[in-house]
Amino acid sequence: METALLNRVSEFEWKIEPHGKMRVPAVLYASEDLIHDMDAKVYEQIVNVATLPGIQKAAYAMPDAHWGYGFPIGGVAAFDPEQGGVVSAGGVGFDISCGVRTLLTGLKSDDITTVKQTLADALYRHIPAGVGSRGLLNFTDSQLDEMLDGGAQWALRMGYGVEADLDRTEERGRMLGAQPGTVSGFAKNRQRREMGTLGSGNHYLEVQRVVSIFDEPSARAFGIQLDDILVSIHCGSRGLGHQIGTEFLRDMVMQAAQYGIELPDRELACAPIESPLGEKYLGAMRSAINCALANRQMITHLVRRAFAEVVPKAELIVLYDVSHNTCKVEEHKVDGCTKRLFIHRKGATRAFGPNHPAIPEALRSIGQPVLIGGTMGTASYILVGMGESEKRSFSSSCHGAGRQMSRHQATKLWRGRQLIDDLADRGILIRSPSSRGVAEEAPGAYKDVTEVVEVAENAGLSRRVARLEPMVCIKG
Amino acid sequence: MQVGKPTKESTARWEHFPHGADIGVRGIAATKEGAYEQAALALMGVITDPSRVVGRRVVVVECEAENRETLLVDWLNALVYEMAVRGMIFRRFEVRIQGNRLRGRAWGEDVDVARHEPAVEVKGATYTSLFVGRNAAGEWVAQCVVDV
Repeated sequence: METALLNRVSEFEWKIEPHGKMRVPAVLYASEDLIHDMDAKVYEQIVNVATLPGIQKAAYAMPDAHWGYGFPIGGVAAFDPEQGGVVSAGGVGFDISCGVRTLLTGLKSDDITTVKQTLADALYRHIPAGVGSRGLLNFTDSQLDEMLDGGAQWALRMGYGVEADLDRTEERGRMLGAQPGTVSGFAKNRQRREMGTLGSGNHYLEVQRVVSIFDEPSARAFGIQLDDILVSIHCGSRGLGHQIGTEFLRDMVMQAAQYGIELPDRELACAPIESPLGEKYLGAMRSAINCALANRQMITHLVRRAFAEVVPKAELIVLYDVSHNTCKVEEHKVDGCTKRLFIHRKGATRAFGPNHPAIPEALRSIGQPVLIGGTMGTASYILVGMGESEKRSFSSSCHGAGRQMSRHQATKLWRGRQLIDDLADRGILIRSPSSRGVAEEAPGAYKDVTEVVEVAENAGLSRRVARLEPMVCIKG
Repeated sequence: MQVGKPTKESTARWEHFPHGADIGVRGIAATKEGAYEQAALALMGVITDPSRVVGRRVVVVECEAENRETLLVDWLNALVYEMAVRGMIFRRFEVRIQGNRLRGRAWGEDVDVARHEPAVEVKGATYTSLFVGRNAAGEWVAQCVVDV
C-alpha cells in the first residue's frame, strides 16, 4: 500500500480521512514497512467498512491486516443498533470463532527432549486433523443443539475437561444468546462428525517452549517461566461455522436492498442488528461460537490423553482461550458516552486492559492474555491487553502473522517433504497428512510475526509478555 | 499456476489464480455448463490432484439462483457440502442448466488420505473475483475465490 494515500498520525498510526461515502475515518496501526507490505486491497476494504450504517468512531486495521472478504483480515468495527447499526456475516468471516487456546503443562524442555518423537506421534494419533478426519462422536440432532447452546460448558458435562478450564475461557465457555434453532440442517450435518477435530489450512496444534520473557509480572501472573513447555491449539467452528457463514452471506446479499443498504462489495453483506435477518444471524453465529469453544475443549481433552500416555507427570492447565473471528456485544466509550456496541473482530483479538470485568478474577489486575499464533518455523507470542487500546481500537489487537504470499507461490518455492526435514534438523517435528498442505503453510509464506507484535506493542494495542518457539506441530 | 489441460477432444480446462491467503478457481469451456464443470474440477484441484480420484459413486446436486454468478457460488458450495458430509472427493462432473436451475452429477469416492494426500479443506466459495461470462476468445469462463 502506498503511504501517500494515508495521513501519518504517529510512527505506528495512519489515518484515512472520510471521503466519498465513508461515515467515519479509517485507522491503520502499522510500521512504515508493514504498510508497504500491505495489499492495496486492505485500503479499499477498510474504506468500504467505514461506509456501513451505524459504524462508530472509525474502521480499524490491525498490524497483521491483509486482504480478506469484505472486511480485511485484521479488521475491527463497532456498530450501534440505535443508529441503524449492522451485523455483517463477512465481518465475522467463514471460520466463526476461530481462535487460540494455550495450555500450561508444568514441564520444562528437558522433560520432553527424549520423548519428543513419541509425544508428536501420540498427539497426531489422538487428535483428528486434516481433510476427511472424523471426531469421536456422531451427534444426534438433540445432542448438536445441546452443544450449540452449551459450548465448552456442554463439553464439561460430557466429561471433556474440568471446571477450571472454564475460568480461563472467554464467556466462561458459553456464549449467551445462541439460538440453535436458527442453524440450518445443512450446517448441523456438516458438524455431526467433526467435533474434536483440528481442521486444515492454517489450523494447528503446537508444543512450544518459552524462549523469552518480556514482562515478568504479567508472565508470573499467567504462570509462565523461561523454558516452560506450553501447548497451543488454533482452530474454530469447523464445517458448521463455514456453512453458517456461507448461508448468511448469501441471504444478506439478497436482502441488502430490502433493508436499504448499499453494498460497496457483496462480501460486505450485512443486515440491521435490529432486523429479523440480523437477529437470526446473531443467534446462529453465537451457536457457532459455542461450537468452536466446545471443539477446543474437546481437543484439550485429547491433548491431555496424549500427554498422559507419554509424560504422565504433565498437568495441563488452560492459560486462556481467545476467539479472533467474532461479533460480540460490549460496552465502550464513544464521545464520552458509554454505549452498547456490536464489535466485529475479523482476524483480530479482543485485548481488554487491566480491571475489565470480563477478565478472570485471578488475572484482572494484569489484563487479558492475548494469544498470537505464528508459523511452524518461527514463533508465537503471548501478549497482555493494555487499557489504552480501549480508545485506540475498541480493545482489540492483532491475531497472527498474516500471510504475505499466496498458497500457489508457496508451493512453487517449497516442497513439503524438504520443509519437514529442514524443520526436523532445527528440532521442530511436523506431523501432517499432506506434504502439499505443509508447503502451503511454509513459514516464509507469512509476515514476520515478531514485527507484527512489536508494532502492536508500540501502537498501544497490547504488550508482549513471552515468545514461544515450536517443538512439535500437528498440521491438518 | 496449477492447471487442468485441454485434450484433443475438448478445449475445456481449469486453472487456479492467486488471492492473498486463499485461492481462485477458474473453469473455461465452449459452453456455460462446461465452464461450471471445469470450475468444479479446479475446486477439487485445490484439495488434491483430481486424476488421483476414482469415480466409483455418483452424487446428484441441484441448486437454483437468480443469476449465473450466484448459481456458480451455489454449485461450488453444494459440492463443498457433499464432500464434507459424505467424506468424498470428486473427479468428474456433468452439469445441466435450465433457466436459473442447475442439476449436476459428480463422480468420486471416499477420501483416502494416503492416496489423495488432501492438502486443505475448502470452507466455502465466495463472491470475490466472481465472474461467469465469455472471454475475448468467445469461451465461457466461470470463476471465483474459495476460502480455505
